[in-house]
Amino acid sequence: MHLQLTEEELAFQQEVRTFMREHVPADIKTKVDRGVALSRADHVTWQQILHQRGWMAPSWPVQWGGTDWTPVQKHIFEEEMAMAGTPRIVPFGVTMVGPVIIEYGSQAQKERFLPRIIATEDWWCQGYSEPGSGSDLASLNTRAVRDGDHYVVNGQKTWTTMAQHADWIFCLVRTERTEKKQEGISFLLIDMKSPGVSVQPIITMDGSAEVNQTHFEDVRVPVENLIGEEGKGWTYAKFLLGHERTGIASVGRSKWQLERLKNVAREEFEDGQALIEDQNFAMQIAQVEADLAALEAVVLRVVSREEAGHGPGPEASILKINGTLIQQKLTELLYKAVGNYAHPYIAESLQEGWNEDRVGPDYAAPLAPTYFNWRKASIYGGSNEIQKNIIAKAVLRL
Amino acid sequence: MDLEFTQEQTLLADSAARFMENNYDLPRRRERVASETGFSPELWGEMAELGWLGLRLPERFGGYDAGAVESVLVMEAAGKALAVEPIISTGVTGAVAISLGASEALGAEIGPYIVAGECRLALAQAEPRSRYALNRVETTAVKDGTGFRLNGHKAVALHAPSAHKLIVSARTAGDFSDANGITLFLVDADAAGLTKRSYPTVDGLRAAEIRLENVACEVVLGELDDGLALLRTIVDETQLALSAEAIGAMSHLLDATVEYAKTRKQFDRTIGSFQVIQHRLVDMYTALETARAMTYIAAAGADSGDARERHRLATTAKLKASQAAQLVGEDAVQIHGGMGMTEELDIGHYFKRVTMIAQTFGDADHQLKLLARLARG
Repeated sequence: MHLQLTEEELAFQQEVRTFMREHVPADIKTKVDRGVALSRADHVTWQQILHQRGWMAPSWPVQWGGTDWTPVQKHIFEEEMAMAGTPRIVPFGVTMVGPVIIEYGSQAQKERFLPRIIATEDWWCQGYSEPGSGSDLASLNTRAVRDGDHYVVNGQKTWTTMAQHADWIFCLVRTERTEKKQEGISFLLIDMKSPGVSVQPIITMDGSAEVNQTHFEDVRVPVENLIGEEGKGWTYAKFLLGHERTGIASVGRSKWQLERLKNVAREEFEDGQALIEDQNFAMQIAQVEADLAALEAVVLRVVSREEAGHGPGPEASILKINGTLIQQKLTELLYKAVGNYAHPYIAESLQEGWNEDRVGPDYAAPLAPTYFNWRKASIYGGSNEIQKNIIAKAVLRL
Repeated sequence: MDLEFTQEQTLLADSAARFMENNYDLPRRRERVASETGFSPELWGEMAELGWLGLRLPERFGGYDAGAVESVLVMEAAGKALAVEPIISTGVTGAVAISLGASEALGAEIGPYIVAGECRLALAQAEPRSRYALNRVETTAVKDGTGFRLNGHKAVALHAPSAHKLIVSARTAGDFSDANGITLFLVDADAAGLTKRSYPTVDGLRAAEIRLENVACEVVLGELDDGLALLRTIVDETQLALSAEAIGAMSHLLDATVEYAKTRKQFDRTIGSFQVIQHRLVDMYTALETARAMTYIAAAGADSGDARERHRLATTAKLKASQAAQLVGEDAVQIHGGMGMTEELDIGHYFKRVTMIAQTFGDADHQLKLLARLARG
């Protein structure tokens, strides 16, 4: 067992670190640092910079613009990118529908969609959840009825992240009523500009407009936009769950947050000493730091197994739960760290273009809203309760 | 020992609950939050008529000589409705400050206006570098003729934007963190040299940064240089009322979440039929009821003569309410799934309010430190 990175891996780490430091546009980095909402253009700019470097889709096959990196290199890349405080990559194109198209799509679909995904020429969103189908996603009801060369789609998707920016949506739709609900689900790619598609924002409790309701009223979708076979949509969606999952632990991003927490704790004072010197607060930081180190250890073992050509192993199933608990704990410690200055909320101060001083220390303004926003992490992508059910059944065989 | 509410207390609680039922829902709360004052002046007048603002003032000042229990009962109803009117700020913080700290002349003069709702008060105690320590006061008050001149910066003064008078802690002697040398002043909100930067809070209220530049003030509350003990009592009473507000809000969170669990179906059954969800709801219920009992006990003990005991009770109540708030709030959102995250549903609003109550005058860790100090003797 070797924990140390090889010389090549170290050199690669340095290369990535340097690139991240030098190539994030200053105005975008400032927004991320200050918790100011990024615009559509900001996300596109950053992703196109990565694409220019050939680093937008490391896990894709080389022929479609991926790299030939080892699992260790891919892990290093993700970590360094997150630790540098870069914008989160919008996952729906490059990490979700892209791999499905690569694995199950036709040649025509690959040629049509993959280049535009990797260049962020098309912005994708995900149409899975419905008002009546959250945890029980297989019960979904959005219908796709075959009519000549088209499917006619009717229904409603909810929690569609950034649908307001999206050019395309990949949807799980019901093409058939079957005994076993999963067997009647298909995977359909839909142009957001199709007549009959409408998007309404859902404002979350922190004031963000990240998610939406997406309505489909007699939307005609060419049959060429069906991925694979009818009735296999559930299989394709599950493929994503088993595919490249170490990123879900967000270790790099949490390391970045932990650094910010320590910086805030150095600036905040209690009873004449910095909060970081306060035994109680320092112990709480130490606990989450230890939890993060242990989570990273799980990730490293998964990466190492992949490097050795094995599957990820059953422990990979705990990554989402523990990753989100740590993320949430960090947001909690951050708002608590700023004491009274967690209260002020000037919505405009979290948007671009606001030039006045914030109330209290500059770093305080986004902290309480971020804590409230991040309660979503234990709910989305398979809630913690569903994750535990899956582990109990699939791993512990209860 | 008798921990039953009296008939008058029960009537007060019932009438407060009815008032809130008739006058509050989420859409109306939103309107009030978005309004210029941040609350309803009409409701404020009605609350005054109901006697809520005069509960903690003695009769000789125009009040009703009631105690912490009455404040707790009113605030439970206000918390359950998520009311935004500054009832605690005037009716508890201000009233207790006047009741304990005002001269006879001042009390008699200002009391009736407070009771009538025409004089709102707010505490301006915290400072940018003080965090939660009441003794960390850099704002100075220097003798000037018959009065004083105040200079300094008060941070996150809740409800200050709509206050007519501010209760300001300032240093008349000693060093930055000395317990002695702190004096409480009653300052006119429109005094020359006083500027307010008002802003909304994340849970729908209003607060302000207060800058004092040579502000003249003649009105001292309590004793010169000896204001810390009075400030501690004012904050303890305020925290007790806040605990009650949190109890009320949490009871709605629990009720709404139980109802949701009974109706929301996934996997062809109600989510409340899953044992995991049932146990989470029971944990929420247990946390709430424990915090509720502690708040009531603390209110019952608030008129005890032992200052140390009053402080211990109020601090323990705030601690338990704060810890319950995090559990009940977070779990209410989690059990509601995506819906709990929305601005549209009331759950998120209640969650934000109870979270920020826990963050007022010191989070749970701060309350624990105060109790640890007591434990060390």
